[in-house]
Amino acid sequence: MAAPDRDRPDPDTLLAQLQHQHALSQRGKLRVYFGASAGVGKTFAMLAAARKRQEEGRDVLIGVVETHGRSETAALLDGLALLPQKQIEYKANRLLEFDLDAALAIHPELILVDELAHTNAPGSRHPKRYQDVEELLAAGIDVYTTVNVQHLESLNDVVGGITGIRVNETLPDRVFDRADEVMLVDLPPDELLNRLREGKVYLPEQARHAAKNFFRKGNLIALRELALRQTADRVDDQMREYRVDEAIGQIWKTRDGVLACVGPNAGDEHVVRSASRLAKQLDAPWHAVYVETPTLQRLPETHRANILRTLKLAQELGAQTATLPGQTVEDAVVDYCGRHNLSKIVVGRDRASYLQRLRRSFADRLVLASPELEIVQVPSSTSGIAQQSNRIHTGPPARRAKSPRWAGYAWAAVYCAVAMAIAWPLPTWFEPVNIAMLFMLAVVLAAVRHGRGPAVLAAVLNVAAFDFFFVAPRLSFAVGDVQYLLTFVVMLVVGLIIGHLTGHLRYQARVATHREARVRSLYEVARELSVALLPEQVVSISEGFIQSTFRAKSALLVLSDTDSLTLPAATTTGLNLSLLDLSIAQWVNDRAEPAGLATDTLPGAALLYLPLRAPMRTRGVLAVQPSNARWLLVPEQRRQLETFAALAALALERLHYVDVAQRALVRIESERLRNALLSAVSHDLRTPLTALVGLAETLTLMQPALPRAQGELAEAIRSQATRMTTVVTNLLDMARLEGGGVKLNRQWHPLEEVIGSAVAANASLLRHHVIEVGDFNALPLLEFDAVLLERVFSNLLENAGKYTPAGTGIRIDAFLRERDVEIVVADTGAGFPAGGEETIFEKFTRGEKESATPGVGLGLAVAKAIVNAHGGKMWAESAPGGGARFWFTLPRGHPPATELPADEVDPGDVNSSALPSRHG
Amino acid sequence: MPVILVVEDEQDIRRFLRTSLEAEGLHVFEAGTVATAVVEAGTRKPDLVILDLGLPDLDGIAFIERVRTWSELPILVLSARVEEAQKIAALDAGADDYLTKPFGVGELVARVRALLRRRMKGADVDAPTVTWGDVKIDLVRRTVERAEVPVHMTPIEFRLLSLLVCNPGAVMTQRHLLREVWGPSHSDQSHYLRIYMGRLRRKLEVDPARPQHFTTETGIGYRFVLDR
Repeated sequence: MAAPDRDRPDPDTLLAQLQHQHALSQRGKLRVYFGASAGVGKTFAMLAAARKRQEEGRDVLIGVVETHGRSETAALLDGLALLPQKQIEYKANRLLEFDLDAALAIHPELILVDELAHTNAPGSRHPKRYQDVEELLAAGIDVYTTVNVQHLESLNDVVGGITGIRVNETLPDRVFDRADEVMLVDLPPDELLNRLREGKVYLPEQARHAAKNFFRKGNLIALRELALRQTADRVDDQMREYRVDEAIGQIWKTRDGVLACVGPNAGDEHVVRSASRLAKQLDAPWHAVYVETPTLQRLPETHRANILRTLKLAQELGAQTATLPGQTVEDAVVDYCGRHNLSKIVVGRDRASYLQRLRRSFADRLVLASPELEIVQVPSSTSGIAQQSNRIHTGPPARRAKSPRWAGYAWAAVYCAVAMAIAWPLPTWFEPVNIAMLFMLAVVLAAVRHGRGPAVLAAVLNVAAFDFFFVAPRLSFAVGDVQYLLTFVVMLVVGLIIGHLTGHLRYQARVATHREARVRSLYEVARELSVALLPEQVVSISEGFIQSTFRAKSALLVLSDTDSLTLPAATTTGLNLSLLDLSIAQWVNDRAEPAGLATDTLPGAALLYLPLRAPMRTRGVLAVQPSNARWLLVPEQRRQLETFAALAALALERLHYVDVAQRALVRIESERLRNALLSAVSHDLRTPLTALVGLAETLTLMQPALPRAQGELAEAIRSQATRMTTVVTNLLDMARLEGGGVKLNRQWHPLEEVIGSAVAANASLLRHHVIEVGDFNALPLLEFDAVLLERVFSNLLENAGKYTPAGTGIRIDAFLRERDVEIVVADTGAGFPAGGEETIFEKFTRGEKESATPGVGLGLAVAKAIVNAHGGKMWAESAPGGGARFWFTLPRGHPPATELPADEVDPGDVNSSALPSRHG
Repeated sequence: MPVILVVEDEQDIRRFLRTSLEAEGLHVFEAGTVATAVVEAGTRKPDLVILDLGLPDLDGIAFIERVRTWSELPILVLSARVEEAQKIAALDAGADDYLTKPFGVGELVARVRALLRRRMKGADVDAPTVTWGDVKIDLVRRTVERAEVPVHMTPIEFRLLSLLVCNPGAVMTQRHLLREVWGPSHSDQSHYLRIYMGRLRRKLEVDPARPQHFTTETGIGYRFVLDR
């Protein structure tokens, strides 16, 4: 077998690229003006470019621009449309912010939004300006913006290391990486310093001191290098992408990912940033995990908060995060790597205490556990919290209640006393060594039942009691024989080991119970949801579940049939409904993205809003008010909540489709019923009419002929019965058409054929009229129900026949228009009374002047309904020279090809060249 | 005297049918259900059956199918206007013509006469030439003349023309014509049939927009009328 063609890119990759490009083409384009520091002229360059765009005729709006009082820059603002900023009241201050909603409403082609890393004032929709920009892009608006190198998240600590100043406003690298264009605005450091001296770069008074340290030549050179390198990396990436695009060379990427191991140290943020950079260089996915071992579970609150913060940072930087329960960190990590195909692990270097140096470092243990993993060690950066790491083991347990622990120590003492009591009479028969076994038993018991601390206490008490009462010299702590020291040590060690083991077992049991409880609760709720028959049941199941599992209040907002969310009247969980913000809920529903508490969108809200995402669409919003906002940051809890939201969404979608199916069933059933009724009515009316018409006609044809008067009467009966038939036919047709029960049997027909049969059918009625039919050879085939269209022509001809005197001309013509064909039936009679064109198609207007020839008005209404059912329209007008014109249209559609074999093309027949495949 | 069997459950309709047919000198037998109609058709040896499709015991089409197993006798179907599909089914099952209720006595008598005439001179259909007005068709030599000028016919046009003129007065359903002229695989391309009918009319009708010989039975098919 031939080796696969290695030069060909993977079709899946190309397809993904294509879809990606398609998605991008819908989005607006983001252009970033990127510079090494403030003052290099980013805003100036951006404004200059915007002016150029405007001159090119594009619709440009300035969303927000910081001129920093620079006159050159301010001059560029002239002639550009400026969006007024929104005022936000915050703590008695009035802050001006970019007005996202106004910008979305105006929807310009291009908008300028300065300082992408800016943090919005509290109370804005998004905490960060880049999120506003994402929304603008998603709405298809192009955005120009500016970024300084120090604002890039992954470079934040590097820049901090160079300049000694850490900026708080950072921008996730993915935002920068996804920008469509990056324009580097470069200025040599000397020139920048010159501009600064000349005061061209204006700095506010209070910033001047800080700036003095910042704007040093060394700093500026380093920052410039960072900016240039960042841009170069980007260009490099583009080149590589281009190579894939153009199939110049295949790059077979190994998709092995990177794993960052997060510990309780604050310095681990550095680990996360390093892993992020590494992953980006490798263009690989990356994960960040925290392994919760029994030891780490007892960490103090501050450490736990620290871990969650680090994990959140990792998430912002694009990692997939998880908290893993495990006996040892290395086993859990190796297992995780195996499952997620991660080959590179970034760990912080242990800053071990003297004692800990005797142990193997974490990295060494990882290597032992799985030699094939690549391990990258990075130094943990110094931080106040890191110093506390040694106290981890002695720190007070975070969760366990105090009283049972004291009980444990008391029990240890009791065991000791019992052992004493039993052992007291024994020395007469037993050697002291054997008596020691009893005390050992008490220690083991204490360790098993109450853990390590009580075991130690029991060991100490027992050794003391043993020594005091049983070791010679008795009733003194003096030890005659050194060998009892061994007894003491052994007892202590046994107590510690057993206590440790018990602790582990307990922890594992607890983790297993937790996990099982989680799975079981989801399983149970899934089962309950699967039998729910009404949305209200889903709502109450959901509220009960969240109450019992998360101890949180919640409300489930179900999308109504009209696609809007409504506030529930009340919730069973006691959620304060005034906290519920419907506008946020609607946003969440429309975007299918979570918002509110513990998210990036409106984190200031009181509740967390999760979309109920189902396969077809969002089905509503779940609003949750946790008793403690922190647990929303725990990835497992969050994931369980999201899983539940997905379950509820599926249940709602199922209910929706059950509803749809039921409605369809009812409709089909009622349609069937109506059709059955109509055909029964039609049969029951037609049969007597047939008999009536036939019998009356038979009377007139009787031999010998009836006397003249009776003959005329019989003829009158016949003609009335015939008219009655017409009325019945029209009525039944109208009922069918109005009920929507008519299935058009649409086929491609030449128009003249159906006109011909309509004219033939009305030949006797119109025998005194002069009918002219236009030449329809040039018309294409039209798609219609021939029987119904014949009714249209018949009814129009009948109308003309009845309302015009004998000898009147009737002309049928058709005109080919761009999208449809216009057909006219015109007579040269008296035309309509004033305003009659409008009302002539109305059905019965009881109480108004009744027509002398009943049923005809209905015939026109039927004609109009048939034309409408074909997607055309019908109207009437008076001809200028008198006479009525009935117009209607039929859509041209796409006639089928009528390719004929060569011997079927008839050269002698002029008309064959006008085969209907030719248009107009 | 030709014998007519009227199969109709409504007594009043039977009555006027009988009266008007007997006035034409025809001998009429009646049946109210399919079961009795089958017996009557077997014993009375009718020359023509007038059949209402809505009968109390069985569908009229069941009657046609049974009769067609042993006889070619003409069957005229009576049916309501909205039931095109029923008419087509009846014609495809072997009915020869149809009348839409309510119908005039004159129309009925004309149809009955035409069907009886066809039955009487059944062998004549195979005559080598068919003529009307100034048109002359020679089915053996495969030529068509109009006012003594040869008219060019493509192969399909001629096949369609000969099929129609060999069955004067009979309603031919679209499906039947498509199957016979184009073959069974083309039965869904009825627009070809309509185009060719237009071509025949332009070549052979005096006023193609108002055909006298190649008439349309809207929604059902076509009929060739030899003499008007």
